[in-house]
Amino acid sequence: MSGQAPSRRAPFLTIYAALVFVFIYLPVVVLILYSFNRDGVGGFPPRHLTLDWYRQLFADASIWDAVVNSLIVAAGSVALSLTLGLLAALALDRATFPGKALFRRLVLLPLILPGIITGLSLLMFAVFAGARLSLLTVFLGHGTALISVATTELFAGLQKMDRAQEEASLDLGATPWQTFWRITLPNLKLSLIAAGLLIFTLSMDEIAVTFFLIGRDNTLPLEIWGRLRRGITPEINAVSTLIFAVSVVLIVIWYRVRTRGLGADAQDLLERP
Amino acid sequence: MCSRVYKTLASLPPLLWVGLFLLLPYALMFAHSFWAVHDGVLVHQWNLHNYVTLFSKPVYAGVLLRTMRIAASVTLCSLLLGYPLAYYLSFHAGARKELLYQLVIVPLWVSYLVRGYAWKTILGSEGVLNGFLQYLHLTHEPVAFLLYSPFAVVLMLTHIYTPFVFLPIYAALEHIPRPLVEASHDLGAGSVQTFLRVILPLSIPGLLAGATFAFVLSLGDFLAPLLVGGASGTMIANVVQSLFGAAYDWPLGAAISVCILIITISLLFLSERLEKRWSFK
Repeated sequence: MSGQAPSRRAPFLTIYAALVFVFIYLPVVVLILYSFNRDGVGGFPPRHLTLDWYRQLFADASIWDAVVNSLIVAAGSVALSLTLGLLAALALDRATFPGKALFRRLVLLPLILPGIITGLSLLMFAVFAGARLSLLTVFLGHGTALISVATTELFAGLQKMDRAQEEASLDLGATPWQTFWRITLPNLKLSLIAAGLLIFTLSMDEIAVTFFLIGRDNTLPLEIWGRLRRGITPEINAVSTLIFAVSVVLIVIWYRVRTRGLGADAQDLLERP
Repeated sequence: MCSRVYKTLASLPPLLWVGLFLLLPYALMFAHSFWAVHDGVLVHQWNLHNYVTLFSKPVYAGVLLRTMRIAASVTLCSLLLGYPLAYYLSFHAGARKELLYQLVIVPLWVSYLVRGYAWKTILGSEGVLNGFLQYLHLTHEPVAFLLYSPFAVVLMLTHIYTPFVFLPIYAALEHIPRPLVEASHDLGAGSVQTFLRVILPLSIPGLLAGATFAFVLSLGDFLAPLLVGGASGTMIANVVQSLFGAAYDWPLGAAISVCILIITISLLFLSERLEKRWSFK
């Protein structure tokens, strides 16, 4: 409805909106452009385009070690936070227990509190528990903090879900366990994929919590962070460009999942009498 | 309907996990703020000394004040960029709406560090902007004040939080029933009047949510000051970070963290209250 009503012309507003888009995208464009610049990260205009920085990047073992570390942490965090987030969402959606309201707020805290507070709290806990800082502490930190994201996404999915199928399954003699695996989980598939992608991206990018929990092995953002202090070359632009490219691919997948979900909903509507 | 066992099975693991790995760490932070350090050793001796230090030494109040000023500037700038953008998309973008919406979302997925780093390369004294200005012969010497200043922190954080601010405002604008807007026009109100008396009041809950996001997230940021802020752009979270690092005074750092936590939670609470008051229906 809003789209078809011919809106009044607003040339100033249109120009302003275009400028905001320029502001949002300019840094990324500059970053990508200078990853091909032979003479360094600054200066204008960029000249002598080259792929040397990418060659240097692909030969850089410590970057790739960091990438592998980040992938391990992110994959582990997805598994941990999806499992616990799914259980938490089920509990919030269906069970009543003492302290439920408090639990809901507590789970969401890492999402709203500054990363430094969650990071330092977990650091104190690690010291208190006598644990050595390593990728394991980073993984526990990410996995725990991101339960918030998993719970929010999956709780929304559960709220939208049609309960009739589950009731039918239970009425027809399936055990709650069977109903969970055959009805509830398949129905949540899209929310699970969307939450998983989001958690993966957030973990790959996390720096505020990681900062305090990292041991000897760096994750990718911390490896880059360390290099920023030692003087910068377009190699960092090159790795940032690749991170950007991977993010865009993930968004496209996420978007496809979302729209296919909407498509399926629309189909359901059409098929209903 | 479902057995009690099923429900217990679902709620017990996350409760235990969150209790152990979230509640306990936050409680430890709280406890540390009442302990002390003597000769480089942590002493579990309950006292209010850290809080007294915080409130009696003007240094901390000064940094907190600067942090609030930076966070307020970021909030204001993000609103000035995000609100018109949301308004344009919701009321004037027509068929391109969906595409433009996706274009605002994309940067949310792009690494914080990548975007911060990009600003560093743009603002530096040998950076892209200075190169550009000299190329146009607008300046002959590099402009040095761009990087390592509160200005750079505000710019970087505004860039990061504008899409965050945009989202709730856009959602609020999309929820405004279009007949209300048409009625206002039909009854003779001009665009400006319709905006001020119909659209703006109805979008206040979204505006509040966006503003709270931007303020709270910038308040606890310590990476932007390290990346582009320099000494004059130091924020309160940097003080905490140094107390936990080289300065080694965890209890004092914990006390500041507890203050940040209290400010954050009160603001969220207040904004939630106000949003409820301003929401229609």
